[in-house]
Amino acid sequence: MNSGSPAQTGGGGFIILGTFIVGLMLSQIPLPYFIEWARPEWVAMILIYWVMALPHRVGMGMAFCLGLLLDVIKGSVLGLNALSLTIIAFLTLLLHQRLRMFPIVQQALMVMVFVGINQLLFHWMQAFTGYTGDSLVFLLPCLVSAVLWPWLFVVLRGVRRVFRIK
Amino acid sequence: MAADLYSANVRDGRAYLSLILTPLQWIVDVPSRLAGEVSDVVVDRSLLLKENAKLKSEALLLERKVQQNSALWHENDRLRSLLVSSKRVDESVQLVELIGVNPDPFQHQVIINKGSENEVVLGQPILDAGGVMGQVTEMSHYTSRVMLITDARHALPVEINRNGFRTIALGKGQLDELELDHVPDTADIKANDLVITSGLGGRFPRGYPVAIVSEVIRDPGQQFARVRIKPTALLDKSRHLLLVTMPAEVEEIALPLKGEVLPSKEIQ
Repeated sequence: MNSGSPAQTGGGGFIILGTFIVGLMLSQIPLPYFIEWARPEWVAMILIYWVMALPHRVGMGMAFCLGLLLDVIKGSVLGLNALSLTIIAFLTLLLHQRLRMFPIVQQALMVMVFVGINQLLFHWMQAFTGYTGDSLVFLLPCLVSAVLWPWLFVVLRGVRRVFRIK
Repeated sequence: MAADLYSANVRDGRAYLSLILTPLQWIVDVPSRLAGEVSDVVVDRSLLLKENAKLKSEALLLERKVQQNSALWHENDRLRSLLVSSKRVDESVQLVELIGVNPDPFQHQVIINKGSENEVVLGQPILDAGGVMGQVTEMSHYTSRVMLITDARHALPVEINRNGFRTIALGKGQLDELELDHVPDTADIKANDLVITSGLGGRFPRGYPVAIVSEVIRDPGQQFARVRIKPTALLDKSRHLLLVTMPAEVEEIALPLKGEVLPSKEIQ
């Protein structure tokens, strides 16, 4: 399975887009106030998976567009999520070959680091525009994302194989 | 990024971006809507009868209050005309429904199902059955975003119903608590006092309940008394909300100038 050859790529663009739309929906489903702090970063996780699996198709441009939509959902200043998602897409692009070789637990740890970077950047920039928190609870989503990663990975790999997205 | 903070044109772009997301917001809202409908279908008869009886007695009580109210209203109008002061105008309301909540826990915002196509105006106040909920801060075509009074950036001019003491209620980023700003130690505020909107600032109409004083902490070492108040609106539960349209003359003051996001008074 040489996923890198351009002759065999193509197809499934809508499926990739669909997974992102599901991610955008999951990231705005209303939750009870206390669970809201632990909401996993669905879009970032799905983005990490696709960049890792198909780096020639999903990249930083996609990350930027998704980030803009996420900014509108979260009501933050336009471009905050766009920037932080672009940065984690870049990091995943740098490391994608290593990530593919990692056992799933180690992958989950890397996802925790990436999502953590995403959260840190986002909240650091939010603080510039006046939203402040005084605790580190905002890092909770990266732990939850890491715990959910093995399941998400299996589901998305299943999607990729069933629809033969290359 | 900075353009979003300082330019009004970006707001239009943002409105179009949210227009893309509007269908998603509707779909996300479907489960809770369905849950409500299913529970309407499977509810048993005796429960409905009980609820009906309760609502009837409630309506009776409210009607009695309204009867008194209209008499008082007319009396007030007569007295005002005797004083040759301006007439009080009633605000009109529009029913809206909550369709989403901002997923960012640092921001207390909800999304309602009316937007600029339904003549929603920036800064319009939103109420629920209990009292003031917040104000419209961002609009798309079919949805708009409401900042709740508990958001850490929100401030609301209020007064104590008992004696008319004016102050400002600040949000703290907690859903069940607000704080009164710069209250002198000698101010006449007690627990269980009702806090209502004072109408100053021209954005909220006067006289709607905001909160009930839950605790007054007078520390001689501090310059001001700390007053904690509890909102009367069910900020995290209400689904059916009222969008208040201010009377025209007041609205002129309330409308933000072009290029201005919100009057500086409301942003802390």
